[in-house]
Amino acid sequence: MNGWHLSKRLLTMGVVLFAVSLLTYGLIFVTPGDPARTILTQQMGGQSPSQAAVEQFRVANGLDDPFPMQYARWMGDVLRGDLGQSYYSDQAVSAMIAQRLPNTIALAVASMLVAIVIAIPAGIASAVEPGSRTDYAAQLGALVGISMPNFWLGYLLIIVCSLWLDLFPVAGAEGPEYLVLPALTLGSGMAAVIARLVRTAMLDVLDDAYIRTARSKGLRERIVVYKHALRNALVPVVTIVGLQLSYVLNGAVVVEVVFQRPGLGTLLVDAIFARDYPVVQGVTLLIGVVFVVTNFVVDLTYSRLDPRIELGGEPT
Amino acid sequence: MSGPAADTGVRQESDQRDEWTEVIPADRLAQVGLGIVFILLVLAVFGPIVSPYDPATQDLSSRLEAPSLTHPLGTDQLGRDVLTRLLHGARLSLGIALAVTSVRLVVGTAVGLVAGYAGGWIDEALMRLVDTLLAFPGIVLALVIAGILGPSLVNVMLALSVVGWASYARLVRSSVLSVREREFVTVARLLGHTRTHVTARHLIPNVVAPVVVLATLDIGGVILGTAGLSFLGLGAQPPTPEWGTMLASGRTYLRQAWWLVNAPGVCIMFTVFGFNLLGDSLRDTLSPTQSAQMEQL
Repeated sequence: MNGWHLSKRLLTMGVVLFAVSLLTYGLIFVTPGDPARTILTQQMGGQSPSQAAVEQFRVANGLDDPFPMQYARWMGDVLRGDLGQSYYSDQAVSAMIAQRLPNTIALAVASMLVAIVIAIPAGIASAVEPGSRTDYAAQLGALVGISMPNFWLGYLLIIVCSLWLDLFPVAGAEGPEYLVLPALTLGSGMAAVIARLVRTAMLDVLDDAYIRTARSKGLRERIVVYKHALRNALVPVVTIVGLQLSYVLNGAVVVEVVFQRPGLGTLLVDAIFARDYPVVQGVTLLIGVVFVVTNFVVDLTYSRLDPRIELGGEPT
Repeated sequence: MSGPAADTGVRQESDQRDEWTEVIPADRLAQVGLGIVFILLVLAVFGPIVSPYDPATQDLSSRLEAPSLTHPLGTDQLGRDVLTRLLHGARLSLGIALAVTSVRLVVGTAVGLVAGYAGGWIDEALMRLVDTLLAFPGIVLALVIAGILGPSLVNVMLALSVVGWASYARLVRSSVLSVREREFVTVARLLGHTRTHVTARHLIPNVVAPVVVLATLDIGGVILGTAGLSFLGLGAQPPTPEWGTMLASGRTYLRQAWWLVNAPGVCIMFTVFGFNLLGDSLRDTLSPTQSAQMEQL
């Protein structure tokens, strides 16, 4: 990839990031009714606020300015790292996010580990004997894993591991033992997707000439599979694992609710129900930006790993 | 890294061997998938008629009863028959999934056709919109939209439709771009046919197969999305017998009544599994050349 393509991709990413921020900010204007009145009613516990109070809230929060001005002001603040104040607590949105972020990152990393530990052996077992019973079972397992709603899997694990066997705590995020069940829940769904990719990649590699060479040298099958094939098959897999971030973020919302973990997902869901728009905007923007930038990096890595992949044409 | 490692790009995985076809024949898989979907349809249509119970009538004298002959899947916290509620839920889930997927398909195909055929700034603008929608993890954006519109099943359907058409648009556009340059389209144009004629007679038939595959694979996702948002409290509200909502209200009774979360859970999984199986085998049969591309979606 040359510099021109890179700058074109960067420009496209800039346009998308701008659109993401516009969408994030514009969403609250879709609200049926007057946002100021809705928020005040909520804050006053269902009582109808006076017209004067509504006016005052609107002025105080800049809700009476035209949309472009509001957006520009918000964007200016965001670029300085200020995501605004929660409507309910006096906390800054950025502080609330900073407080919850470590829990979500821990969940993401742990479930990624679970996924890899399950998916790689399963994918290899499938690929070394394609068409075998093992392969069939692994593929069926993967399809079940993809079809499994993770909110159900979460409760299933709670019932079996916490209520019946009393192995792990049901809910919360006080220590590493609280991470096990959420990570298993989120990780096994991801494992299903990754196992399919490992299988495909291994099948591709096992057909290559250098594998035949290694075999004809008389190397044991074990060494051929683990040392020669796996190492090369993992290259595309690692990249795809990066793309699983979307799955992690989608799943984290639900899994954090199931296990009542304080994280970005629960923060977002709580803020949505409370109509705490600055928090909703802040978290949504963060997720959108992280996602766009990750995809960009993954695309770049991809073309580095395989020079035959042309990134110049279509963003995928 | 260079050398052999460079030979393993996942994007070239159009190989047939990768697919399920080699494990058991694709048509058999399609049959299993079709069978599951058919059984579900029958249950959804006739189940509620056959069932002696009403999904909403409460019977507080028989609360949280374990599965038995009179109540095969037990009763819930208000004494309602769980099986009856699940059968009504099947109607809801399948109906919603079909409606949302159709909206996604129609809107996405229209946008993709316009973008691919018009080109230029129209294409550019539409594709940036598509990029923006795909820039969010699907459920997160749907969650925010549904939340802002207010909790209701209709708003969840709206939110899932709004966020979901983008992948159809991208798929259709790329099919159009590849078909547009083929001889038969050029010939049709040289023969003096109008754009509408060329689109209807030559472009649409050639993008149908991948779109049908994507839609089949998408149905499972829509069912998971609807149930997930309802589970979070944004979709159907109690007493609506929606699977996600039922699962959410069952979580208070994990210890006393394990069937309350597991019965709807099994239903969701079984349904999604059926559509995924069907979608997977359709993908292998209908559009083997596109399967690599579709796997990314």
